[in-house]
Amino acid sequence: MSTLVFLEHHGGELQKGSLGVLAKAAALGDGDVAAVIAGEGAKALAAEAGSFGAAKVWVCEDGEVAQPLPQPRVDVLAHVVEEGGYDTVLFANSVLAADVAAGLAGRLDAGLNWDLVDVELSNGELVGKRPALQDSVYADVGWTGKPRLALFRAGSFDAMPAGGGGPEISEISPSYTAHSTAVKLVGQDAEESSGPSIEDADVIVAGGRGLGSPDNFTLAEELAKALGGAVGATRAVVDAGWYPYSAQIGQTGKTVSPKLYVALGISGAIQHKVGMQSSGTIVAINKDANAPIFEFSDLGVVGDLHEIVPKLTELVRQRRGS
Amino acid sequence: MRIAVCVKHVPEGPSHIDPSTKRLDRSGEGALNHFDANAVEEALRLKGDSDTEVVAVSLGPQRALDSLRKALAMGADRAVLVSDDAAAGSDLVATSRLLAAALQKEDADLVLFGQQASDADGAVLWAAVAERLGRPVVSQAMELAVDGSAVRVKRQTEFGYDTLESPLPAVVAVSDAINEPRYPSLKGIMGAKKKPQDVLSLAELGVDAAQAGEQGSRTTVLALGEPPARADARKLEDDGNAAQAIVDFLAEKRLV
Amino acid sequence: MSRPSNFPPPFSAGDYVAEPTDPADERIEVGVLIVGAGPAGLACAIRLGQLLEEHPELAERLGDVPVAVLEKGKQPGSHLLSGAVVNPRALRRLFGDRLRMDELPSYGPVPGESVYVLTRRSALPIPPPPPMRNHGNWIFSLSQLGRFLAERAEEGGAMILPETAAEKLLVSHGRVVGVRTGDKGRNREGGELGNFEAGSDLVAKVTVLAEGTQGHLTGVALDRFGLRGDDPQVWELAVKEVWKVAKPLDRVIHTMGWPLRTGKRYREFGGSFIYPMGEDMVTIGLVVGLDYRDASLSVHDLLQELKTHPKIRRILAGGERVEWGAKTIPSGGFHSLPQRLHAPGVLLCGDGVGMVNVPRLKGVHYAIESGRLAAEAAFRALRRGETPASALASYDEAVRESFIWQDLYEVRNMRQVFGHGFFVGGALASAMTMSKGRVELGKMRAEPDADQPLLVTNRDAGYPAPDGKLTFDKLSSVFASGNKTRDDQPNHIRIERRVPREVAQLWEHMCPAQVYEVGREDDDGTVMVQLAPSNCVQCGAITAKGGRLTPPEGGSGPEYTAT
Repeated sequence: MSTLVFLEHHGGELQKGSLGVLAKAAALGDGDVAAVIAGEGAKALAAEAGSFGAAKVWVCEDGEVAQPLPQPRVDVLAHVVEEGGYDTVLFANSVLAADVAAGLAGRLDAGLNWDLVDVELSNGELVGKRPALQDSVYADVGWTGKPRLALFRAGSFDAMPAGGGGPEISEISPSYTAHSTAVKLVGQDAEESSGPSIEDADVIVAGGRGLGSPDNFTLAEELAKALGGAVGATRAVVDAGWYPYSAQIGQTGKTVSPKLYVALGISGAIQHKVGMQSSGTIVAINKDANAPIFEFSDLGVVGDLHEIVPKLTELVRQRRGS
Repeated sequence: MRIAVCVKHVPEGPSHIDPSTKRLDRSGEGALNHFDANAVEEALRLKGDSDTEVVAVSLGPQRALDSLRKALAMGADRAVLVSDDAAAGSDLVATSRLLAAALQKEDADLVLFGQQASDADGAVLWAAVAERLGRPVVSQAMELAVDGSAVRVKRQTEFGYDTLESPLPAVVAVSDAINEPRYPSLKGIMGAKKKPQDVLSLAELGVDAAQAGEQGSRTTVLALGEPPARADARKLEDDGNAAQAIVDFLAEKRLV
Repeated sequence: MSRPSNFPPPFSAGDYVAEPTDPADERIEVGVLIVGAGPAGLACAIRLGQLLEEHPELAERLGDVPVAVLEKGKQPGSHLLSGAVVNPRALRRLFGDRLRMDELPSYGPVPGESVYVLTRRSALPIPPPPPMRNHGNWIFSLSQLGRFLAERAEEGGAMILPETAAEKLLVSHGRVVGVRTGDKGRNREGGELGNFEAGSDLVAKVTVLAEGTQGHLTGVALDRFGLRGDDPQVWELAVKEVWKVAKPLDRVIHTMGWPLRTGKRYREFGGSFIYPMGEDMVTIGLVVGLDYRDASLSVHDLLQELKTHPKIRRILAGGERVEWGAKTIPSGGFHSLPQRLHAPGVLLCGDGVGMVNVPRLKGVHYAIESGRLAAEAAFRALRRGETPASALASYDEAVRESFIWQDLYEVRNMRQVFGHGFFVGGALASAMTMSKGRVELGKMRAEPDADQPLLVTNRDAGYPAPDGKLTFDKLSSVFASGNKTRDDQPNHIRIERRVPREVAQLWEHMCPAQVYEVGREDDDGTVMVQLAPSNCVQCGAITAKGGRLTPPEGGSGPEYTAT
């Protein structure tokens, strides 16, 4: 196997998600693992890529890849795949990476399996693990032909430095197609400071009827703020007018999959479950030990949320402050 | 101007994977993928009262005409369905190939996609199609404006908002935040039947059957199983220290 | 003790009758407008297609859309729910030699049958009483049959318009001229959302109301034109599930007795049905008359309890629930039929007017036959050479001469006798059917379900706690009905919100979809009723028991596929 990992960087740092994929590729331990970094400052990040498992790092700092746009990166990757003879190309999902991966699939007529949460070698074949139907079913997926492209769900792997030495660095400057370089970035605005929207938040603190009254939503809000997340609500409390419909999570509200979902006073009826069941980690606090939510949470706490949450918020603040 | 909108007919109701073919059981009733409704709506907004033509394009079984008719009922002018038994089971590579062939015939100034297909949880079709068409692509559009021979897009990324410009012809994938799709009016529904609906086989499209379906795909589904139970699920009763226990748990998972 | 009828809902039928208001060039014109894509409405559409094929010059005159069928559900079948064991005679009359029975989507003829009287632990087989014998009948999923009939109707030229609610009856100069469809895109407060779409005036030469049980405009028309019969209509509530099973069931089963109580004061009339659906599926349902008196009675929970009976557990063992639903059945029979089934410009069919044979548990074939007869009358009204008035009156004559009337007359007092409790009622009922209705018991008046005085028992303490495998709670059942109704819609339920506790409890337990909840108690002993209208599966029980169901936004409600 000869693997190439697409690494992303932002603000002078390599993105953890893609480093996680690199570490996973190295851990598979089959053949060479290389990385490719495209954009301003790529060269300076090459050494770090080495410490996460890349034996070789291809870097491209052409003007065409200065902007965070996908299509010129398809040209870069197509070039590297051919030059390096890679049979496997791995990506960590992001808005950019998804378009690069699919564009490369179109360019090379190469099979792309996306939304993978894991991959393994089975009898020499690469097998991807892919949740389907809102995570209710898991599929083993494979590839026919090479190269094999894989796009992993964000946060699938931890970025663990493998302690590798200095990688071989190769600078490239491929040719770019006309259509790849047609799009121009003409403006950028940073994230609004009012906090992440529910759909994008990495952390969501959601409140249900167990909160007891609309005023107690401040418990959820304070905890969300401390964790840097957004506030969600169940249909029951939105129906009762405790919180706006825009925060409703569930079958008839929004579907979310943050890294962390904290459910306060939520019973876990299926209408709610289908809106958040693919969250990375689910923590539930409810005073009813038999609440269905405990059947699908990673950490279930049976207790009085009015006592627990203020303490929790304070502890989180302390921890993050330090 | 001509705008082509790619839409998908997806199964409705509880979805099942057919264990014998390992593909989604599409035998039940279906509907227009609701994310594609955003794309149709955007095309109709761009059209306004002008004589811009909006064409809805789909790849699917004969039944997919139902979803195309919904697009027509909303206000699209024409529908094209690529339908052929040999195309069943097409993966991203095969689907993008077939769609690109259909879109090539349409030669639209702007090709629109919806954010994802509700049956495949996060499709990324547009970039592959754009590559085959040799067109620039912009995704996650939350605002879209066409100005003469260029399109201006505001999109949301993990880091904030980008404004991008691309010359036409181009491919744009819209996010579901871009608009609220209109309900088709009764008149629209009743008029839909009369609008042109073409069904093309692979032969009529000029694509070899070997390029479609499972033969033309480059990925396979090998097996289906239960999701792994949430490993290390824990439950505890508050004895006064629950808050600390939670923080420790989050720290362990590097979530705080 | 309270009666729900003492707390009438804020509803007035007159609010749903209007003149057309759209400018003439914006009104949508069709030839015949059918409201409801159920067996009655679709049979009407199919028969009209047959007639128009034979008379193309008439089809021409009717314009672009000779026949339109409105359906408030997501698609035909989405709101159809029944057992169903269907008498094939009406289907044969409808299709003639165009289709064979085996070309219809049925699960085959009834293979055999059993009737049991249940106690908590045992099942006593009794020979199937004559009215319950099903030899020669066929098993269907009504939802599936609906989809099939819709396709045939479209092939015959009808235009089916799903996700469209008929909200108002358009009446001009004393004549029904069509319907006004409901608005879409309003928020909870009634304001207009970004994608608001106002309803339209749909005008037609003849309007056929085939809305099924508790039909909204049917009720409005019965009031507007003074058509109600002597006896009020009464209803039963059916809650049923469809299961995948490990072992095929080889017969149709009906049960009586447990978990319903037999004492007269409870007035618990009903029973269960368990039908095979092919080799690997089974449907099980419980039907209870809504004239029950115990505010703690929950048909959904009694169905869950029923499944714990050893005999029934065995049938479902190793299986998995795949669908759930609920719907009312009109059960007043012959005496509750309207005085007339037509008024100027309009014909009334099917369950909407109560064409159900209660002891035989059959109504689908009457619906189909009445739809077919309505088509023939509508056709006559459209042709030249007869006044519309006499043509529409011919529908009434045709129904009175049909097997619909004959059958319903034969069992005319069946439902009422069970007010005397199961054992006495059972004996009387047997006497009636064995004598083919010739035992004259003197006409027994039915009382409206909402007039029944309430009593409160602690029966709900005995309902099984849902285990998620055999027994289920209401919310996950609503999910299993395919209901994904937008929450942010105007409330479509009309009830008096502040009522005595036992009335609120009645509604809370009655509703299979958990729409009502007992809320805050006030100083005077009354409570507020909390509502979650988006749970509603539009079964119609609330209309029988003191409130009123109106149609929500088109496309809302359950999405049945196999019920």
